[in-house]
Amino acid sequence: MQITVTVNGVTYTHDVEPRLLLVHYLRDVLNLTGTHIGCDTSQCGACTVLLNGKAVKSCTLFAVQADGAEITTIEGLARDGQLHPVQEGFWEKHGLQCGYCTPGMIMTAVDFLQRNPNPTEEEIRHAIEGNLCRCTGYQNIVRAIQYAAEKMRSGS
Amino acid sequence: MYPSTFTYYRAGSVQEALKLLVENPDAKLLAGGHSLIPAMKLRLASPSALIDISRVPELAGIRDAGDRIVIGATTRYDDIQRSELVRQVLPILPEAIDVIGDLQVRNMGTIGGSLAHADPAADLPAVVLALGAELKAVGPDGERTIPADQFFVDLFTTALQPNEILTEISFPKPPARTGMSYQKFANPASGYAVVGAAAVVTLGEDGKVAAVRVGVTGAGPYAVRRQNVEQALVGQEPTAAAIEAASQLASEGMTFNSDIFASDEYRAHLTRVFVKRALTRAVERARG
Repeated sequence: MQITVTVNGVTYTHDVEPRLLLVHYLRDVLNLTGTHIGCDTSQCGACTVLLNGKAVKSCTLFAVQADGAEITTIEGLARDGQLHPVQEGFWEKHGLQCGYCTPGMIMTAVDFLQRNPNPTEEEIRHAIEGNLCRCTGYQNIVRAIQYAAEKMRSGS
Repeated sequence: MYPSTFTYYRAGSVQEALKLLVENPDAKLLAGGHSLIPAMKLRLASPSALIDISRVPELAGIRDAGDRIVIGATTRYDDIQRSELVRQVLPILPEAIDVIGDLQVRNMGTIGGSLAHADPAADLPAVVLALGAELKAVGPDGERTIPADQFFVDLFTTALQPNEILTEISFPKPPARTGMSYQKFANPASGYAVVGAAAVVTLGEDGKVAAVRVGVTGAGPYAVRRQNVEQALVGQEPTAAAIEAASQLASEGMTFNSDIFASDEYRAHLTRVFVKRALTRAVERARG
């Protein structure tokens, strides 16, 4: 089936098999390998991307479901060489060790901060329940998101 | 993981989806896909065709229908959570949805998908039972309305016929002095309900229980109402002692699931405890 999607501002049209998962379309067809495959069972969130602005697990969507949609992956967050505030937060607060969960963690945080610009620590922890990190114990991930929230609120 | 091959259809209307269902008896309806696609990837389900109903306009949305609130079957959890109308009139829905899956799952999952799938550990079945919802289904022979009490039939089994589509869920607006609450003991790994209890309590002007409905999920093969608890409370002053006594009945006459995480005996205990918590919170809220 033919699909047309806009990924990080670029429009693509491809003929895909209906069973092709969105994550495989992004990684294997578009070569956007920043989106990771972790558990492949809808639990770990490593494959999270934004579908029309909302965080979704791209291992649990067929590419055909995204036909006509705007998708943002981790590769599409930085603007003109400037990291997105959430990316900067992970850098500044050491929000990663191995980095495997990081792209998904960041995409979830981007969606979350759009809807809750001034979250409590508890709200941040609830928001990232669908993203598993086996290295950090989440402390610095929470700090990274707090850093980003502050930076985005101050508008700098 | 790849599922088996299938033909993908995108329905533009309910009528088109019904026609496709008749032509493809082995097909599955796809809405949010967050139960179906994981099952297909594990090859627990291998439908020959998927009929995507997520873009059928008349199936999605929340509307105020006078004395009822009507939610389309493919309305996503996130849209229900964000609805000011739902938050004000049916606050138990956002309360329960907030503990379903995770943020990403709530962005995709749909109310009708969850109800039609009838996972024994899903949260919303208990809530629609407690709210006394009605579920509307459309089939080749027309439309019918199924009360929530008759909808959940067995493990992953509902009153829906294979050629029917769940189109909307209609909730009566609760009267004044009504409080509601969903309380859940979540599996720490999956987040699914080991036991979840929903209670909707209406108090009379005298402060006594005028009406009460209790639904329980997770405990047994399918979600059930607990009429024995309700009958014990109606007409009573909802004191802590009265709620405690009624909640003790919650596990009577039920079949309990038993698995590696929780034995049947433990689930029976949790049922009594969480029915009590849901009733207690609902009464607090009814008092305002």
